[in-house]
Amino acid sequence: MDLELRGIRKEFPGVLANDDVSLVARSGKVLALIGENGAGKSTLMNVLSGLYRPDAGEILLDGVPQNFHDPGAAIAAGIGMVHQHFMLVQIFSVADNVVLGVEPTTVGGVMDRKRARAEVREISQRYGLAVDPDAIIEELPVGIQQRVEIIKILLRGAKVIVFDEPTAVLTPQEVEEFFGIVAELKSNGAAIIFITHKLKEALAIADDITVLRSGKVVGHADPATATPEELASLMVGRDIDLSVDKAPAKPGATVLELSEVTVTDDYGRKLLDSVSMTVAGGEIVGIAGIQGNGQTELVQAITGLLPVETGKVLFQGRDVTKLNPRKLHQAGIAHVPEDRNHMGMVGSFSLSENLILDSYYSDQFSKGLQLNRGAIQESALALVQAYDVRPPNIDNTGDALSGGNAQKMIVAREFSRDVPLVICAQPTRGIDVGSIEYIHEQIVLKRDEGKAILIVSTELDEIFSLADRILVMFDGEIVAERLTSETTPTEIGLFMAGNRS
Amino acid sequence: MTAAVESYEVTGRKSKILSRSQIRKARISGIALFLMAAVIMLVFVPAVSGVSTFGISTVTDFIQLSPISVPSAGSLWILAGVLAFLGTSQFMRGFQTKTTIFLGIGFFVFVLAMMVWASSGQQFSLVSMLTATVARSTPIALGALSGILCERSGVVNIGIEGMLLGGAFTGVVMGSLLGGWIGLVAATLTGGILALLLAVLSVNFRVDQIIIGVVINILVLGLTSFLTSQLLLKNPSLNDAPIFPSIKIPVLGDIPIIGPMFFNQTVIVYGMFLLVGLTTFFLFRTRWGLRTRSVGENPKAADSLGISVAKVRYLAVVYGGMVGGFAGAWFTLGTVGRFDEGMTGGRGFIGLAAMIFGGWNPIGAFLASLVFGFSDSLQQKFAVLETPIPTEFLAMAPYLVTIIVVAGLVGRARPPAADGQPFEKQ
Repeated sequence: MDLELRGIRKEFPGVLANDDVSLVARSGKVLALIGENGAGKSTLMNVLSGLYRPDAGEILLDGVPQNFHDPGAAIAAGIGMVHQHFMLVQIFSVADNVVLGVEPTTVGGVMDRKRARAEVREISQRYGLAVDPDAIIEELPVGIQQRVEIIKILLRGAKVIVFDEPTAVLTPQEVEEFFGIVAELKSNGAAIIFITHKLKEALAIADDITVLRSGKVVGHADPATATPEELASLMVGRDIDLSVDKAPAKPGATVLELSEVTVTDDYGRKLLDSVSMTVAGGEIVGIAGIQGNGQTELVQAITGLLPVETGKVLFQGRDVTKLNPRKLHQAGIAHVPEDRNHMGMVGSFSLSENLILDSYYSDQFSKGLQLNRGAIQESALALVQAYDVRPPNIDNTGDALSGGNAQKMIVAREFSRDVPLVICAQPTRGIDVGSIEYIHEQIVLKRDEGKAILIVSTELDEIFSLADRILVMFDGEIVAERLTSETTPTEIGLFMAGNRS
Repeated sequence: MTAAVESYEVTGRKSKILSRSQIRKARISGIALFLMAAVIMLVFVPAVSGVSTFGISTVTDFIQLSPISVPSAGSLWILAGVLAFLGTSQFMRGFQTKTTIFLGIGFFVFVLAMMVWASSGQQFSLVSMLTATVARSTPIALGALSGILCERSGVVNIGIEGMLLGGAFTGVVMGSLLGGWIGLVAATLTGGILALLLAVLSVNFRVDQIIIGVVINILVLGLTSFLTSQLLLKNPSLNDAPIFPSIKIPVLGDIPIIGPMFFNQTVIVYGMFLLVGLTTFFLFRTRWGLRTRSVGENPKAADSLGISVAKVRYLAVVYGGMVGGFAGAWFTLGTVGRFDEGMTGGRGFIGLAAMIFGGWNPIGAFLASLVFGFSDSLQQKFAVLETPIPTEFLAMAPYLVTIIVVAGLVGRARPPAADGQPFEKQ
């Protein structure tokens, strides 16, 4: 089934979210829809799935105009969405999730679970999506949960399948499997819309690319000839340099040293297994690894959020293993946490309040029991401007910021302190290209000031473009150490998969 | 599939290695077991003499079983020995993951010892106490069921107490005027109407559900107290409803002990059995149940599949409220036939505890309410046997058990994921 959108316009009070958007997705083809956060991708997809009514424009399926009043109508017409945050009931079985809303029943609404299981099996065999119908969702890895979402929409007869940021939560291996599934769906004649801001993935998988910016279609690209730089420039509206410009590192004195640090969980399992490493001033050390191999715990052990069982953490030669987070913070460690919404900021606080979360008690911002509003506002205004947080309204709440701007605000808070060590966990996860470029520049700037920088990222590209030295973590251990100039992504990828050096 | 295998290994390891908190819990439960043994030996044993007699059939029973007599002191020593043995083994190697179960067994043994102590030199009618246990657990089980229905759909209902009280009141008034059956229907409808208020305010206006529940409780308490003084005291004929008789089910009702407990009760108790069974079936075996539970777990997912979250919640909440109103009829039509201010005495809240203890599952909640009903009827029996414990203290028993259960034994119970969260369509 071919899908065509013609001149879609959707306006919210004060925001023109979609302005005359037209695009075509053809049966058996993959259309990649790329754009920065806030470019209007989500609005467009909500229009397509019947959640919003467009103010103008038409949705055509095989040339026939459609009119969707609600999500049910879009599903019935053959449009299926796989949301970025899966729409699954965690405690239900796979089969119950798949048939929810279209349950096969015997007399009087009694569930026919046998038929539900058979339906799941039938679809999973036809499309090669191996899933056990009786498995409970919360016990399944994310990649398998995604398959359940796909089976769910296939059962409802979806001919047009929309994937919203499908690879954001997957491991590299799962991404490969996902591409295989997409190829299978394609060969079965589905029209696929792939929403992403990972340019390399769009280039790898799409047959056609449409770029959105500020609610408008600003261009099309042919994946066979386009380059990531061209796409990024189209998305942002100015030239973008994806490679990070930096001079060779000049490592100075050691700032952070871990010797045989071990951390265990409640059950005695080793989360960090005898980790030893150093970070010197003036260098960026990157921790590579697939998510869940101890990177989170490494950062938490250094910043005092997790107790160290055995081993030592030395900061500027001083033993700081037993210090609490505030003491470590005062000693001179800046920390951009991996989960900005839960650890980096308080969503319901204003920007000015978020910017003093770590220093509200200092003489600069408080006198006795009272906060010094004037000084807080002044400092917040200066930071918001210096770090290009948009919109620069310091009374807005943290929740109101886009991912990229929230991250810039956190970077502003942490980087504005003149401290010897900066730890950035997943500094650019899920944020737009413009913000990525900006944050990368700031990190390199810090290094050139002679600070020690520790970066943790699951994006190998990011590690390679930023780090001067790469450590690879696997199963709580550091399994390899390489200078960036002397290694390749392939070699590091092998270590990430568990090969030893 | 490798990831699935890995996670299996992780859980496999969890069961073998004890965490620090588990070890601490094992220690504490060991100490508790020893303490109970000490109380038996130092307090109970010196106070008893002669034999304790337990009646296991009533005069009207078809099959008469002779009462069991045991030497009081001797059996107390044995029970204390069992507790000390359990405590020792807990310290020696521990019961590991079964710690809670053995602590429960320990409590049961201690309760037995209390019964031996209280009935020393007297006759203790075991069967009438057990029959009272089932009867007294009825409003608690129904209250829990009311909570389960609401919370499985994602609406917290702490207004159960008010629904019980409202049902008790209209039940007695309509019962006095038009007979018990009409009273029962009126009580059920009252619960439904109060639940409708909860549904409108929580689903349409997204008011905080805890506040609505508190409002319902206060509203009903105030309203029924006012109407009692203004209406019932002036017209005593309105507060004189027929009481449902116990109906003995042929054959089954003649089974010793079990018969009087489960098959010689009022229609309200039978109604509770039926509702527990039916609701379990509805929730876990039907389309309606699947949708209700999905709305309580992840309303967004249900909505994206074209299920109306509002409709599902309305239905579940009103159904739950009607169960609560029906339970209210037990207090008046099922026992005394008259209404007194605040006569539900917090049974709705104990029902909430039973709901949690039973893991938001109707059958689990029923079993949990048996525990509460048991403590309730035990304290009544002790009051009759004139033990040295003041009756005021005995009356605390059901509430004490509630605190112990909720604080100590629940722990891992997991509420529906979207419990208490209003749903807003995008």
